[in-house]
Amino acid sequence: MMRVLAMDTSNLVLSVAVVEEDRILAELTTNQQKNHSVRLMDAISELMDETGTLPEQLAGIGVAKGPGSYTGVRIGVATAKSMAWSLQIPVIGVSSLEAVAMNARGFSGLIVPLFDARRGQVYTGAFRTKDWAELSVVAEERLVLLRDWLASLKEQAGNERVLFMGEDLRIHRETIAEQLGEQALFAPATHNHPRAAHIGLAALGKLAEGGHPHEMVPEYLQLAEAEAKWLAQNPACGVKE
Amino acid sequence: MKNRKPSRYEERVQQAYLAQQQSGRPVNILGIETSCDETSASVVQDGRTVLSNIIASQADIHKRFGGVVPEVASRRHVENITLTIEEALQEAGKTLDDIQAIAVTYGPGLVGALLVGVAAAKAISYARGIPLIGVHHIAGHIYANRLVTEMEFPLIALVVSGGHTELVWMKEHGHYEILGETRDDAAGEAYDKVARALQLPYPGGPHIDRLAHEGTPSIPLPRAWLEPNSYDFSFSGLKSAVLNTLHNASQRGESISPQDLAASFQDSVTEVLVEKTIRAVKEYGARQVLLAGGVAANRGLRERLSKRCGEEGLPLVIPPLSLCTDNAAMIAAAGYISYQKGRFARLDLNGVPGLPLS
Repeated sequence: MMRVLAMDTSNLVLSVAVVEEDRILAELTTNQQKNHSVRLMDAISELMDETGTLPEQLAGIGVAKGPGSYTGVRIGVATAKSMAWSLQIPVIGVSSLEAVAMNARGFSGLIVPLFDARRGQVYTGAFRTKDWAELSVVAEERLVLLRDWLASLKEQAGNERVLFMGEDLRIHRETIAEQLGEQALFAPATHNHPRAAHIGLAALGKLAEGGHPHEMVPEYLQLAEAEAKWLAQNPACGVKE
Repeated sequence: MKNRKPSRYEERVQQAYLAQQQSGRPVNILGIETSCDETSASVVQDGRTVLSNIIASQADIHKRFGGVVPEVASRRHVENITLTIEEALQEAGKTLDDIQAIAVTYGPGLVGALLVGVAAAKAISYARGIPLIGVHHIAGHIYANRLVTEMEFPLIALVVSGGHTELVWMKEHGHYEILGETRDDAAGEAYDKVARALQLPYPGGPHIDRLAHEGTPSIPLPRAWLEPNSYDFSFSGLKSAVLNTLHNASQRGESISPQDLAASFQDSVTEVLVEKTIRAVKEYGARQVLLAGGVAANRGLRERLSKRCGEEGLPLVIPPLSLCTDNAAMIAAAGYISYQKGRFARLDLNGVPGLPLS
């Protein structure tokens, strides 16, 4: 039976899981705003011991690849790709937004996970699922002003209900309720944080695709500020090398 | 948690260490360094022999910003980290099976940049069940010298780079006493700022050094000796004096020879660095003087320190240029001392931007 280790450190939540195809062997999730760099490897070591898993027994590694806190995303991705490289196994990146949206599999309306990105902006996307099927993307992930996003969702959703998810709803719930009224649904607290078990299962399904560690890079959804400024001042160099 | 059962990882590390001790085989340490803008990985044998030293420099990327942008540096590190490590193993003709420990810079430096190397090192150490060693970046710079010549104690090390200016006394391996450090700008930082005022490209050090050799130190500039007994440094006053000299000249419509100004600036910096080093040697006693850090590449500093050490009959060790700037070989070399003492880091090792030496 193939066994996968999965992790998410892309936001305040730390989640680690060891999964098999038909079973979640262990999952550890905390929401304590503590230092991921300090805690991640100990959490991994603990879960691996708990499930009697040696690193050599892993068939692959799944990791939340962003968007989220730049540093948080990098801690997860650097750990996952380095471990996968050492063990010569694939590493599969799963969108941090999708990882949260997976909590809503079974819901029949529009699923909208979001993370706060400061200055009125959010990282977000829209997904749909039916009868526990895998999520399909309705609107690509993006960095967008929440007000603009809500306006476009209103058009897109028609009469459909929209389920908003994510830990940062604490900050944005009011604005959303104001603009979308009864059309907006909010997930209960059990569904707002990412679970590494979802990431692990998603990774298991994609192991055959390869996922070479060297190619595993974060998905920030935006350039570093200095790069964005530089490109704005040097528009002729906008073509990526 | 007291008396908790050791983890499987801790047991594996202990077993691996004991087996290595009993085998008497050479120790290959994989070094990782990501504290600033170089992603570097290296394999060093027994702390002395460099089997490989790969440096993926980002200098060209940061040039357009006029300095290192931490977020840009961190992004590059995470993209390059496993590639760089693999290249280091390949060039050394080794696989992870031949590596006995991982040594990584955990401070000081840019926190986001440090974290990438630390995360990678911990992951590899865990996956392979081999010891993890946290190394202080400055200790690394000092140990670059051991890749050239065996260290003789006690010794005085002058560490000069874009981020550091430190005078360190060592009585034995792994023991550091900071005698003096900069109170404001690092020497390399002053070079960069003066270079910018002279409209030279970033990084400015090599350009100033080149110009200085074409000019004469004819422009009076201050020397920051500070209190008579102090081994500390200060370069911000000197930098301001250079800027004022340029400003006053342009107000009077005069032109100043950039060569002479560079020579005068370099003369002031190197005189203070070298004389304080010599004074420290006399006060503390030293059988060796080591030069370390990126500014050790500076010809003016090398020449002056060589001359003064020669006059005083002191052996001076200067690493080759490739080992002066940030690199992982020096981290592996410093890590070897901890390996021999069995001093290993735990899996909660963190990146510490302001990590003190000692």
